Amino acid sequence: MKKIEAIIKPFKLEEVKNALGEIGVTGMTVLEVKGFGRQKGHSEVYRGAEYVVDFIPKVKIEAAVPAELVPAVVERILTAARTGKIGDGKIFVLDLEEVVRIRTGERGKEAL
Amino acid sequence: MKIYLRKWTKWMLCLSVLMLVAGTVLPATAADAPKPDPSGTATGGIGDIIGASAGAPTDNDIKTMSDKEPLAAKVADTVGHNRIAINTVWTLVCGFLVMFMQAGFAMAETGFTRAKNAGHTMAMNFMVYALGMLGFWLCGYALQMGGAGPFATLGGGATMNSEFTITLFGKEFGLFGTKGFFLSGEAYDVAAFSMFLFQMVFMDTTATIPTGSMAERWTFKSFMVYGILVGAVIYPLYANWVWGGGWLAKLGSNFHLGHGHVDFAGSSVVHMTGGVLAFMGAKMLGPRLGKFSKDGTPNAMPGHHIPMAVVGCFILAFGWFGFNAGSTLSGTDLRIGVVAVNTMLASAGGAFASTLYMWLLYGKPDISMAANGLLAGLVAITAPCAFVTAPVAVLIGTIAGVILCVSVFFVERTLKVDDPVGAISVHGVNGAWGVLSLGLFADGTYGDGWNGVPGTVKGLLYGDASQFLAQCIGTLTNIVYVAVIGYVVFKLLDLTLGLRVDPEHEFEGLDQHEVAVVAYPDFNLRNFPR
Repeated sequence: MKKIEAIIKPFKLEEVKNALGEIGVTGMTVLEVKGFGRQKGHSEVYRGAEYVVDFIPKVKIEAAVPAELVPAVVERILTAARTGKIGDGKIFVLDLEEVVRIRTGERGKEAL
Repeated sequence: MKIYLRKWTKWMLCLSVLMLVAGTVLPATAADAPKPDPSGTATGGIGDIIGASAGAPTDNDIKTMSDKEPLAAKVADTVGHNRIAINTVWTLVCGFLVMFMQAGFAMAETGFTRAKNAGHTMAMNFMVYALGMLGFWLCGYALQMGGAGPFATLGGGATMNSEFTITLFGKEFGLFGTKGFFLSGEAYDVAAFSMFLFQMVFMDTTATIPTGSMAERWTFKSFMVYGILVGAVIYPLYANWVWGGGWLAKLGSNFHLGHGHVDFAGSSVVHMTGGVLAFMGAKMLGPRLGKFSKDGTPNAMPGHHIPMAVVGCFILAFGWFGFNAGSTLSGTDLRIGVVAVNTMLASAGGAFASTLYMWLLYGKPDISMAANGLLAGLVAITAPCAFVTAPVAVLIGTIAGVILCVSVFFVERTLKVDDPVGAISVHGVNGAWGVLSLGLFADGTYGDGWNGVPGTVKGLLYGDASQFLAQCIGTLTNIVYVAVIGYVVFKLLDLTLGLRVDPEHEFEGLDQHEVAVVAYPDFNLRNFPR
């Protein structure tokens, strides 16, 4: 089992959600987050004075998937979330030790 | 701290009781003095149709024809009463519009400030309505208008007839009125009451201007005292000099300077007074923490709700029709059409010019400056709106929009005074431009007999340089008077109650510390019992 954490542009959420649904990802958690990468925020102007917004709003998707699905998931996110411009985000793939479904107590792959 | 606050509340209660007692035991009137008309049945009559229009009856017509046609004389009396009624309704409705500008100020100022201080900024804008009004009722109205009666267009107010004067250079200088305290006794008169409402809402516009420049760091207790003082003393004195028959109004009849200082609806009386006060207050308070870096460069502190601020500016622009067109105090003076149109034209010029200025110099149109520009145009046209042509109205507004931008940056970058909403530039600087522009552009089509000087009002470019001189004197007087009284009032408040909030409170937000109710409590996570 693997955990996918993908940070994407907020307006790409719908496309990514649909793309993952099509290949059998059954659930995901979405967080509204703020952060910066190499882009280092962006500057805005208010009444003639420039100021830098360091942390830019992003959406973080978290999904637990079977290991064999990971290449497809990564591929789908790459296609759906890419604009080609700076600030498209990142995908993290993590090992997942255990999953438990709270209602039934199922564990491991059964619980995904 | 708590005991201290309780003591404070006690003083406020005592003051309120004192006001009530004093209001009911005022001295009675002399036997031969003019009588007030509390019911309104005796106000407005045949005398009010004399010279009402080009073909109206003259004084002589009425004297010679009344006996021959008694019914016509009675009908004429009703016509006169109706004329005064139209004027009164117009004055009151326009006053109601101006009152609604308080909502516009509240939204504009709160929108341009930060979320953590939104409740406090709103609270100041809300309470200044009540505080200013109480001060104005207490003595402000008497000081301003106590010697200005009778109010011709409202058909009454003859009891407001006593001005305190001093004699200089052989001429009388009116300083303040002395009738109408507590709006009681002789002031219990329909015309005096209607005039009170209209003048009160104008004063409250001045009162609420400094709450913008001083926002996000002003203690509420010292603000409370300021609120009463501005309505009771600070505003009424200068207003008396210009509108209450005081010495600036008499510069024409006494010293042959045009028609004296002419300010149709209050570029100087209302806006410049507010703007200079706003400057003195903001200067004494110092900038918000973090506004300027150590090297003096200003940092942007974006307002938290620009849409709210923009709606606020629209409400102000709407109320401004009451402000300017209402200042005829007469719905039968058809110049109101010119006044209203000039008002809207100048606002368009201001919004257009400030938008273009920001776009050209800073790369993008800035809606916050555009909104300020619209108000700048309105402030500037407030004095000359009744005296200028349409193209000049557009020009005055356009220049106001540019002055606004230049002034905002001058105040912030050169003077290092922190004005979160641009109040100093909108009201102070453009208020001055407004009265001066009247002295330049008044076209001589209106204002016959203004301030007791025969002939119409003409500016420098239309042949009367002395009018411009009178405008300059009025402007300088405003700056000097308001700066001095503003300094004294704010300094005394600073020494006694403290003007500035605790730095820790400022960082955490005034909503948490200065007022009881936080504007946006849902920002905090909180569990409720089930």
